[in-house]
Amino acid sequence: MPTLTIDGEEIEVEAGLTVLQACELAGKEIPRFCYHERLSVAGNCRMCLVEMERAPKPIASCAMPVGEGMVIKTDSELVKRAREGVMEFLLINHPLDCPICDQGGECDLQDQAMGYGMDKSRFVENKRAVKDKYLGPLVSTIMTRCIHCTRCIRFAQEVAGVPELGATGRGEHMEVGTYVEKALSSEMSGNIVDLCPVGALTSKPYAFTARSWELKKTESIDVLDAVGCNIRIDTRGSEVMRILPRNNDDVNEEWISDKTRHACDGLKRQRLDQPYLRKNGKLVAADWPEVLTAVAGRMNAADGKIGAIAGDLADCEAMTAMMDLMAATGSSNIDCRQDGGAFGDTRASYIFNSTIAGIEDADAVLLIGTNPRWEAPVLNARIRKRYLRGGVAAGLIGPELDLTYDLAHLGDGPSALDDLLASKGDFANVLKQASKPMIIIGSGALARDDGAGLLAKARQLAEKIGAVSDDWNGFNVLQRAASRVGGLDLGFVPKNKSSLDTAGIIAAAGRGKLDVVYLLGADEIDTRAMGDAFVIYQGHHGDVGAHRADAILPGAAYTEKNATYVNTEGRVQRAALAAFPVGEAREDWAIIRALSDTMGKKLPYDSLLDVRRRMADINPLFASPDETSIAPWGNVGDAGTTNDTAFEYPIHNFYMTDVISRASEIMAECTAVALGDNYSATGTNG
Amino acid sequence: MTMVGQEDYQPDSFEFAPATMEMAQSEIAKYPDVRKASAVMPLLDLAQRQNDGWLPRAAMDYVARLLEMPPIKVYEVATFYTMYNLKPVGRHHVQVCTNLPCWLRGSDHIVNACKKKLGIGFGETTTNGDFTLTEVECLGACVNAPMFQINDDYYEDLDATSAISILTQLELGETPKPGSQIDRKSCEPIGGLTALFENNVKKTNA
Ligand code: SF4
Ligand code: FES
Ligand code: FES
Repeated sequence: MPTLTIDGEEIEVEAGLTVLQACELAGKEIPRFCYHERLSVAGNCRMCLVEMERAPKPIASCAMPVGEGMVIKTDSELVKRAREGVMEFLLINHPLDCPICDQGGECDLQDQAMGYGMDKSRFVENKRAVKDKYLGPLVSTIMTRCIHCTRCIRFAQEVAGVPELGATGRGEHMEVGTYVEKALSSEMSGNIVDLCPVGALTSKPYAFTARSWELKKTESIDVLDAVGCNIRIDTRGSEVMRILPRNNDDVNEEWISDKTRHACDGLKRQRLDQPYLRKNGKLVAADWPEVLTAVAGRMNAADGKIGAIAGDLADCEAMTAMMDLMAATGSSNIDCRQDGGAFGDTRASYIFNSTIAGIEDADAVLLIGTNPRWEAPVLNARIRKRYLRGGVAAGLIGPELDLTYDLAHLGDGPSALDDLLASKGDFANVLKQASKPMIIIGSGALARDDGAGLLAKARQLAEKIGAVSDDWNGFNVLQRAASRVGGLDLGFVPKNKSSLDTAGIIAAAGRGKLDVVYLLGADEIDTRAMGDAFVIYQGHHGDVGAHRADAILPGAAYTEKNATYVNTEGRVQRAALAAFPVGEAREDWAIIRALSDTMGKKLPYDSLLDVRRRMADINPLFASPDETSIAPWGNVGDAGTTNDTAFEYPIHNFYMTDVISRASEIMAECTAVALGDNYSATGTNG
Repeated sequence: MTMVGQEDYQPDSFEFAPATMEMAQSEIAKYPDVRKASAVMPLLDLAQRQNDGWLPRAAMDYVARLLEMPPIKVYEVATFYTMYNLKPVGRHHVQVCTNLPCWLRGSDHIVNACKKKLGIGFGETTTNGDFTLTEVECLGACVNAPMFQINDDYYEDLDATSAISILTQLELGETPKPGSQIDRKSCEPIGGLTALFENNVKKTNA
């Protein structure tokens, strides 16, 4: 471990670090534009200059590896003057348009100009002007502001795996863009807005709507897939202005998908902001007491002939209350699986056991019936990250896909799994020889008729190839519903053989065997098949569930409640209230609690804390948020049969998968761009 | 929207002729298979030569496919080097150097002579498609400044008269003598050697 002297203090650091990293460890702040810890080193902006003893001139610290005995100065006069020189050059061509720039207030260039900028410009010639580029519906460009740090180029190539951005031209004529105009074909393109240290790339949907200092920032959790990306929700008043990623090395690093980031305009549309009751075939607005009385009456009268289905965005608090209320009515027809996905007796059968960060340790990855690029873009980026390091083989069972890394295509249907079980084919060997093999089975596969059989075969394969050992569990289920793992952890599933699951509830309602169906934000089901049953919809968007409903209880969206979600790894995370629910809408567990009171079956909790205590009673895992724990291996799926129909991926349009993204205009625009292969922008041509 | 310097007219497709393909393959063969992107510059040059001296986008895409590179990486190379022409050029591409040594030695006269003779300015092509006039940076022949390059040949030690004479010869379909236009051998001093005679003797004898 080399020892350096930084500003007179000795520090020992790991070999292989850069001088910039060593300076950071020593607590020295080094200004930078091009350097980013998750991207390759470019060393082109020169802002990170420091003085090194015996070097004839200042060195770029981001690109200089540490060496034994280096003497570094970060605060000398020379360093300051050198950085001032760099800054002056950067500002030569950078427009001074901060007052009309969306980056203003959160701009690296602006901030560092405070430290290293001059108060006036010595450059009297004309500044250069660069044509703006079209990069799709999410990223707006003002390329005259670009300082050529190439972070966006490196992100697209390295992390997103879509090498479509580049720097064309030379010297003063260099321009960053796609050269041939096109939208970036990445589900993660929004991240380049965060990476751009200046205002060259800014968010198109957010453009000119707010200043960063007017926003209230709330740390929360995303629910539009099951990764549970850590996010920051920026609100002004009651309006969600934008959603940004929060760093969490274990989950999303610092990336989020375009859906996570930009579906938030859907929170403003199609909202259920007051209770409704169906009267004479028409939904009419009602007030809370009226609707609660009507619903309570129906539920009590149903005499246990009730079913409850929790949707993909349901939070654990609401599911807990729902479960307890259903128990009080004497019904055990509850299910949190809209798609009926199979799971086994143990927790290990429905979570991503290796954890997301564990992907970086795997040396062979087998994907079964899943398209992680759409079901969990950030997780897919992890697999790509692992792939870029080399020494990993990936295989896919399911229709061919471009996942941004090399994949062996093993077949379209389950017979390819049988082949692997029978040790047939090259990939069987790869799996066998791997020391940390990983199997990722998709939620779409488990939702098939033969889901249980597939789960069993995946388990057999995992055991056969040694994917499950004391210190490694490479058997992974990739969920895509934010509510799923939490629901299963709580036991929000049919309790015994005679209880009905989702399909059973719908069918029974259709046949008149159930009087009441309670949809807790369930929209991705066949809502027309429920016959004459009295349907209660509790949720936040007027989607198909609400259209079928006889009573609507307006609930809170994920940005409007303090709620618990468990991600696909089994990590308990808490979303936080960033804005209050719209109109008459209320937090979901509280609605159920109020209803229980009206029904005369009052649930024993009066506060969020009480509900959370109850959750921890049901499953102690809920007492330790933000952690993952090792799920004991066990009967992860009984032997079963599979049929050889080809896998079909569950998501047909990445941008619209739930009530929020379906209500989003931005997501509609992204869909249009993604569908139109030969899309070319109008208006900016020529 | 197109980038500065890009031609609006773009042919739909491009393909190497068999003879070019052969040369391309021998370039590619110089590098290990995983590094075949290294052949991008010679291949772009071959493409440009086959395509009357300019590189349409289809050619860049074609080279990208051939070398299994993302197209943007090829665009980056092609736009970086001014020797790749992204717009059509005339049969004779006259590139006049106006950098300091040439300028000190009178490149302004050469420029004016060319403009007058051809009736076009920089970046323009004569209507018959014979000549394109371009201003370029130092071409590394400063020792014989001023100079211009026409297609693959350098013409050095120019003055207005010799410049016009070269253009006239080309116009008539003749082949002007490349290199120094005055009594100078290669880049030796004007009027012959002034030092290192012995070496010279040996060389000429050998
Ligand atoms: S657009 Fe932004 S991120 Fe991309 S090179 Fe320019 S300054 Fe850097
Ligand atoms: S941060 Fe070191 S050169 Fe840009
Ligand atoms: S300056 Fe003209 S060739 Fe060098």
